[in-house]
Amino acid sequence: MPEILDRARARVLDDGAGLAEADILEVLRLPDEDLPELLQLAHDVRMKWCGPEVEVEGIVSLKTGGCPEDCHFCSQSGLFASPVRAVWLDIPSLVEAAKQTAATGASEFCIVAAVRGPDQRLMDQMRAGVKAIKEAVDIQVAASLGMLSQGQVDELAEMGVHRYNHNLETCRSYFPNVVTTHSWEERWDTLTMVRESGMEVCCGGILGMGETLEQRAEFAAQLAELDPHEVPLNFLSPRPGTPFGDRPVVEGRDALRAIAAFRLAMPRTILRYAGGREITLGDLGTRDGLLGGINAMIVGNYLTTLGRPATADLELLKDLKMPVKSLSATF
Amino acid sequence: MYCDRCGEPGTHPACVSARELEPPRYCPDCRRRMKVQVVPTGWTATCVEHGERRG
Repeated sequence: MPEILDRARARVLDDGAGLAEADILEVLRLPDEDLPELLQLAHDVRMKWCGPEVEVEGIVSLKTGGCPEDCHFCSQSGLFASPVRAVWLDIPSLVEAAKQTAATGASEFCIVAAVRGPDQRLMDQMRAGVKAIKEAVDIQVAASLGMLSQGQVDELAEMGVHRYNHNLETCRSYFPNVVTTHSWEERWDTLTMVRESGMEVCCGGILGMGETLEQRAEFAAQLAELDPHEVPLNFLSPRPGTPFGDRPVVEGRDALRAIAAFRLAMPRTILRYAGGREITLGDLGTRDGLLGGINAMIVGNYLTTLGRPATADLELLKDLKMPVKSLSATF
Repeated sequence: MYCDRCGEPGTHPACVSARELEPPRYCPDCRRRMKVQVVPTGWTATCVEHGERRG
């Protein structure tokens, strides 16, 4: 066994402490022949410190497109020649989407808007939407509305939003290559306010945007420092018309190494499959990731792209004997 | 007829393949960009001239 895996076993599996950045990098550099052993260790860590349950979530876009920011991976920026047009979802359709999500057994429903930060119109729409969902559907409501003021953080917490997503997207050193209209530190500030409000912090990012392995390790270490409740892990799905539209897709084995490395960096976090897994990993790779550190997934469609049918993922969880985390277990 | 993914005339194997994981973006009848709403179990795409499609 490679020496790094011996060290990881002692530090992460036995003691429950995450790997430091240098060790994460060593994991990301492991050769393919060590991948099965790495995935097994990451799976053992997940089972010991998180358990066998998988948290299932659905997401929907409340406000699509027309975003003033220039996140280079995103088809919803109004600054690129993307075919995505601006559109708002009405409240009855939002409630219906929450019902569809709950019907899969999911415990989480995340409402997302493509904005720099919410304006009063969006906050009003959120208030009406969260209220309508809570009256009609038994599900936890999360939100992702960009950067927040302290007043908006307080308002969302008061509405009953239990978790707030705001991805750092990539490590601090690579962020200026991905976004130029705001800074990594501005995102960090929002996350700090969210944590202090009592809402759960959901923060992850996208792999495969041109970052080096060193920067991938840096990102995992920075997320570990933030210590979020949940880390959604996306793999770049190159979108037509965006600056990253021609980037290659992450190779499957690199994606699996990253999943395991992020698990070894954050043994107790909810590590969620998010966008891009279908093209990066396919069906077989999706299974391997669930046996290599992942313990949550977005099921069904994403914001502007489509996912596997929820039934296919739920069937896979059944095959793997991984129970879906129930709503009562999330309180 | 226009490709509902890229808006160019004809059918393109790469677009057909990509469409397995994407909703349409262009009206195949007039190549206008459509308003598209994706929800967890489906999508709707609306052309101002040719109406709504669902998937």
